[in-house]
Amino acid sequence: MKALKVKMKSDKNLRSNLITFGMVIGVYIIMQVLLAAGVVSSLVRGLLVPLCTYAILAVSLNLTVGILGELSLGHAGFMCIGAFTSAFFSKCMQEAIPIAALRFTIAILIGALCAGLMGLLIGIPVLRLKGDYLAIVTLAFGEIAKNVINMLYIGVDEAGLHFSTKSSLELNLSENGTVIIQGAQGITGTPNDSSFTVGIVLLLITLFVILNLIHSRDGRAIMAIRDNTIAAESIGIPITKYKLMAFSVSAAFAGMAGVLYAHNLSTLSATPKNFGYNMSIMILVFVVLGGIGNIRGSVIAAVVLTLLPELLRGLNDYRMLIYAVVLIAMMLFNWAPACIQWREKMVYRLKSRKKLTKEAE
Amino acid sequence: MKNFKKLVGAAMAASMVFAMAGCGSNNGGGGDTFKIGGTGPLTGGAAAYGQAVRNAAQLAVDEINENGGVNGYMLELNYQDDEHDAEKAVNAYNTIKDWGVQIVLGSVTSAPCIAVADKTKDDNIFQLTPSGTAVECTQYDNAFRVCFSDPAQGTASAQYIGEHNLASKVAIIYDSSDVYSTGIYENFVKEAEKYSFEIVSAEAFTQDSNSDFSVQLQKSKDSGADMVFLPIYYKEASLILTQANGMGFAPKFFGVDGMDGILSGVDNFDASLAEGVMFLTPFAATSSDANIVNFVKAYEEKFGETPNQFAADAYDGVYLIKALIEKSGVKPSDDVATICNGLKGAIVDYSFDGLTGSGITWSADGEPNKAPSVVIIQGGVYIEM
Repeated sequence: MKALKVKMKSDKNLRSNLITFGMVIGVYIIMQVLLAAGVVSSLVRGLLVPLCTYAILAVSLNLTVGILGELSLGHAGFMCIGAFTSAFFSKCMQEAIPIAALRFTIAILIGALCAGLMGLLIGIPVLRLKGDYLAIVTLAFGEIAKNVINMLYIGVDEAGLHFSTKSSLELNLSENGTVIIQGAQGITGTPNDSSFTVGIVLLLITLFVILNLIHSRDGRAIMAIRDNTIAAESIGIPITKYKLMAFSVSAAFAGMAGVLYAHNLSTLSATPKNFGYNMSIMILVFVVLGGIGNIRGSVIAAVVLTLLPELLRGLNDYRMLIYAVVLIAMMLFNWAPACIQWREKMVYRLKSRKKLTKEAE
Repeated sequence: MKNFKKLVGAAMAASMVFAMAGCGSNNGGGGDTFKIGGTGPLTGGAAAYGQAVRNAAQLAVDEINENGGVNGYMLELNYQDDEHDAEKAVNAYNTIKDWGVQIVLGSVTSAPCIAVADKTKDDNIFQLTPSGTAVECTQYDNAFRVCFSDPAQGTASAQYIGEHNLASKVAIIYDSSDVYSTGIYENFVKEAEKYSFEIVSAEAFTQDSNSDFSVQLQKSKDSGADMVFLPIYYKEASLILTQANGMGFAPKFFGVDGMDGILSGVDNFDASLAEGVMFLTPFAATSSDANIVNFVKAYEEKFGETPNQFAADAYDGVYLIKALIEKSGVKPSDDVATICNGLKGAIVDYSFDGLTGSGITWSADGEPNKAPSVVIIQGGVYIEM
């Protein structure tokens, strides 16, 4: 009986996972067919890679917020690190490695590794904190990452790399040297390697790793820590290890999303808009709206909320106003206690009506 | 509850697919109107610039259409919001592409402009940025600009100060987190080596610390500077002027075109502190030039505010496009590549008289060639020096 129950549960998980994967692959196939038929507007075509980027970000943050249960407000910081390390690599190696696929694969690995490593380093001191304090420190980390990159000047010539924190003049480059990271201007001329297919593959990898992690023994331990730290500790779960694991995996995937972001645009600069706390909060909004701990919900929320302001362009000046109103309405609908009650009542009514009709038959 | 979630999920997925398929592709070109599009920040912190460009471009387009259009063809303008963000700028550009844009008048700010330039190059659409100052904005041969580039402004400022012997010791306060500011700063320093004045201090601030300048001012004061060069926007400049006055530090102040707006753009700023401030600008709304007077009057009537330099650049941009269409003889029914090649061929060696300078010429690398003018604030108005 017990074995059967366990089996049923794992079947349910499997089914839920398959729905998630099926949804992503389904959208991919539909989009490919539409693209081949040539009926997709340039706007939507241009949005495909950002949609994958934000979906990956939302899923990876959900691991920290939903599964580990810690509020992180520095997710854009990890994205920033992934974006800049990989763009730096691609810019340097543009001539050395002419095969785009190989270069981009290495760039993805570098971006994810650097961000993951940073997650680990940040995690060691930060995860000793709880609740609001953790949120504040991660928020600060995101801002620091952005500001450090804004003051970095890196150039390259025959003699090797030159660093400065003042200006590109102080790099003392030779005649044929080039400035790669130019302070606030960031990196210009990153090769345009991101594509929808790569984005979907990365999203599937993210989903695969994170869903498997959640349903593995380690994932159970992480959720046990979320639900009751003291109880988890008392049964011998190494809290620090699992917290760090979840945090750095989450950071690594954020870094991967950063790689995708950096190679989609020809200019990469760390502004408050794209790597500041605004972005971190935006990703958190995807997670909260999609359902904390609900991976599929994160993907859907990221896609809907990224598409929404673009599809509202027809409203001109009222666009951002309407977007904000819709956001508030959705948040209330999903999370306000009165709304949840009302929804439950409606579902109950629907169900009982169904039952009645069944009985009548 | 579960069922409901499923229902919502399904509805969302359905609406998404519908939305994606719904906005099918649009045919470009055709008809008897030239479609001019652009992207700029219409919302957010930099909205003032984007709105100025949109308003002035609309004003110019309306004027041209009232007077019979260009070679008998009407102009149509579509300006999309890019929120001063490169990624959003690409989305905005794709939106105007779906609309069928034939000539791009944008983007307004540098980083979005670089991202958009990459796309217009691929699509081979003629791009004229009114105010994108970064060098990379016009790195491709289809892109040109109306304003000075960052390096040009830094160089021109150093030349002006050096040639007119305005100062012997110059201190610089700049925004190291801003591309515009650092670009001007670096080229100012490079050019300054050729002149007799000396740079005694260079202090930076960032967008996160742009309210208290006492440290930077104290260092400038201690270094004995008789001029402070401010390659920054007017909001920070107004604070610097106020704080310098508070600490009894009264050097000459020299700014660049970002200083335009200091008299009216900041609330609670004592405009008398700006007396004697000099800055480099291609456009002064108080000029007595007949064209400028007419433009300022029309703009004020329509939008209720005094136009700034961004507006003047955009207004010039539209008239430049008109002149280029007339010169090259392209038609709205031509495809974008033909229009692009026509305008590209026409702009080189064309001499344009506009609000932001007369006899402006362009080289094939996209840079305008015009004389910078410096104004000084006296009695609450800009006076050309």
